[in-house]
Amino acid sequence: MEVMSLHAAIAVNRFGLGAMPGEIATAASDPRQWLISQIGPADQPMPAEGEPFRDGAQLVKDLQAFRQQRRELKQDGDTKDLRAFVKQQRQVLINEMASRFQQGFTSRRPFAERLVWFWSNHFTISVQNPAVASLAGAYEREAIRPHIAGRFEDMLLAVATHPAMLIYLNNAQSIGPDSPAGQLAKRGLNENFGRELMELYSLGVDGGYTQADVIALARLLTGWSVDIVPNGAARMARFFQARFNQPETVEGASSGFRYFPARHEPGAVTLRGKTYADGFAGGRAAIHDLARDPATAKFIATKFARHFVSDTPSPQLVARLEKSFRDTQGDLKALAITMLEDPSVWDAGSEKMRNPVEYVTASYRLLGLPRAQNGEQQIRGAMQACRMMGHFPMAAPSPKGWSDLSPDWSGPDAILSRIEWAQVLGSHLPQTIGARQIAGLADERLGEALSQQTRAAIAAAPTGGEALALLVSSPEFQRR
Amino acid sequence: MIRSRRETLMALGLGAGLCLWDAPLRSAFAALPGDRRLVVIILRGAVDGLAAVPPHGDKDYQSVRGQLALSKDGAAPLHDLDGMFGLHPSLANMKGMYDSRELIVFQNICSPYRDRSHFDGQNVLETGAVRPHMLSDGWLNRALAPMGLSDGVHALAVAQTPPLLLTGTVRASSWMPPSLPAPDSDFLARIKLLYARDPQLKQSLEDALSLQDAAMVASDDPSDKKMGPGSAANLEPLFSGAGRLLAAANGPRVAVLDVSGWDTHVNEGAGDGQLARRLAALDRALVALKTSLGPAWSKTAIVMATEFGRTAHPNGNGGTDHGTGGASFLLGGAVSGGRILTEWTGLGPNALKDGRDQPPRTDLRALFKGVLAEHMAVPKSALESTVFPDSAAAAAVNGLIRA
Repeated sequence: MEVMSLHAAIAVNRFGLGAMPGEIATAASDPRQWLISQIGPADQPMPAEGEPFRDGAQLVKDLQAFRQQRRELKQDGDTKDLRAFVKQQRQVLINEMASRFQQGFTSRRPFAERLVWFWSNHFTISVQNPAVASLAGAYEREAIRPHIAGRFEDMLLAVATHPAMLIYLNNAQSIGPDSPAGQLAKRGLNENFGRELMELYSLGVDGGYTQADVIALARLLTGWSVDIVPNGAARMARFFQARFNQPETVEGASSGFRYFPARHEPGAVTLRGKTYADGFAGGRAAIHDLARDPATAKFIATKFARHFVSDTPSPQLVARLEKSFRDTQGDLKALAITMLEDPSVWDAGSEKMRNPVEYVTASYRLLGLPRAQNGEQQIRGAMQACRMMGHFPMAAPSPKGWSDLSPDWSGPDAILSRIEWAQVLGSHLPQTIGARQIAGLADERLGEALSQQTRAAIAAAPTGGEALALLVSSPEFQRR
Repeated sequence: MIRSRRETLMALGLGAGLCLWDAPLRSAFAALPGDRRLVVIILRGAVDGLAAVPPHGDKDYQSVRGQLALSKDGAAPLHDLDGMFGLHPSLANMKGMYDSRELIVFQNICSPYRDRSHFDGQNVLETGAVRPHMLSDGWLNRALAPMGLSDGVHALAVAQTPPLLLTGTVRASSWMPPSLPAPDSDFLARIKLLYARDPQLKQSLEDALSLQDAAMVASDDPSDKKMGPGSAANLEPLFSGAGRLLAAANGPRVAVLDVSGWDTHVNEGAGDGQLARRLAALDRALVALKTSLGPAWSKTAIVMATEFGRTAHPNGNGGTDHGTGGASFLLGGAVSGGRILTEWTGLGPNALKDGRDQPPRTDLRALFKGVLAEHMAVPKSALESTVFPDSAAAAAVNGLIRA
């Protein structure tokens, strides 16, 4: 029984989002099966009120309308409406992210949510590029959530054809220099996406490719874009589009994607020793091969183990994950199950720091927040806390994404920020709740993971608020 | 009452005259830092060296740069330095420092890294190794002990967590402007008990508290808002905060700042535009740092470096892609400035690396070694062995610091 309840605490904390009321008890009968039963396409966050979230295609249309309006308004010198639009775009992002946080606070499938967060961060896009802001929510809903238990290849294609990614890494503007569009507009290749697609999203930096391969992949991906007329070339582009640039929709691509044959660099291309055909099919075949490359299996296996289990995962665990990925051609459900079936991932002793979003989420689940009253304000508070702790979804400083290494979240200032926040959290606790009740809460939610020393300190705190702050600041709660 | 590291040091300083006979205390006193300050600013994302330091006198400059070319005339004129090189129009304050002989400009310089990945490039820049992922600690951390700064409070990262450059066997501290009320000391005492068995958290908390004490003394603006390291447009609170801490008598002597946002693949702009705005923000932040350092500015050297340069020609989107050689800067009151150090080989097709990048003619480690040797008195033996292994070919640049 003791082992089972320890495993329940590990299931809920290491692989989940921290215990909600009753969650450890639910997990305790078979912790591994409780996790496995959660693996499937992820739930979709819902807007708190009003109309449903817009899809990528609609948001691209909005962006296009905005750019058109901006050109006209800039000529008139009236920017009031423009500011209103920018604000509205920002509001789209805030609403999307609020629903994402809400999903984390209340999900009954916390492992599925953790898988979403992992893949979303692996395939980083960042609202530090403001053009991506309104699309960030749609990106995760459309390119990540449906695929977390599917094939890596499908997720990679969904990502590589999503407007958010194409704009973020500049592929939307990349034009084959010898294509009709390139010849006419005197514009050319942008190699940013070609590089990061191999370095960060599939093979890994040591996965075996050269600068020539970067350029080759960039050429294969020319014409993979979105239906937005490039800035500053509107008239010419309209002429051009009418003349020979019929954008094509493509099966299997994300909402809002367009393939522009007239921007595609003509001719076959050799990438990593293999020749790919002209046209959309060439790029698609290259993505297929990258997704199934042994280097990709190794890169993904390592990142997966590092995120969930240890900063320095055992070579045996990585090898098992790598083999699973290879044998199943990138079946991501099999990958997750392989991890859960490895006895070593159930070891006691929590080494991994929760990152700030995981940390704040676990705190809210602990307290059953947000409550009905002031719920929206409480969600905003959580989002602000994460920003203060230097972390926010879809906002990493570079395409590498947020770090998965514990030392990157446990620096002096980071720890102090958490303690400060924990104390603020405690100060909001109703005074009718005492330290003993918080100690009881700690027993229930941390289970076997709670140390005697921490329990004693919580129980001995002078007020319930301070007891809560101690619990949320404790090593057991910061680690998973 | 928690006795912070800073208070302990202050007490030691006050009592030193009375207990010179006490060997352990004497050695502790000897470990108090000198008065030189070293600041390293990592410009993450690969700064376009030909934009920051335009070689406007080169015959190929206008044609190679095309729409990105800057000129001495027009709405946003570049700042000419010597007829050949200039500074970007946004760098007005740096031009002032150049004129007052407090700035050295380096061109065609970069780390030994020769591929084009940001992350590997930054790894080489920060570890000081020849190739990525050979070393797991930062060269600045390895230089702390030879500087006599093996006490962690003397090395500061203006970040929530120290970057790789400052990570290693000597503990470094990190600081950001506070945004929430500070916890009371009684509560912190309880937390410290909880952390007794978690060495990582325990150490982080101790370091944070000692710096917070120093910052409370130093900060005159408690409303400074916290933000991602170098990500927000307004860098000044971070730079002035770092300056205030560095200015303190027993404060840090080495500091690292991060400024990101240089990866200009699209619409880089020339005299105006996104790169111009970023450079202007950096230029203003350097003034904030100088002002807050006060008299300590005269004892300060600031190195600014990036992981690699960018392509000489614009790409298809009015931006530039990842390159090799680039520009670097050394500035401060202690610097023997007003000079451009470069081995310039032109911008013709044969001069560019792979026909596209600024060539790597000077090794950044030669600059770093020169500063560490002359400014922080790091012995040559340490520089050549532990700090920068395999760097014999990159001999330290001499004469960077005022005698």
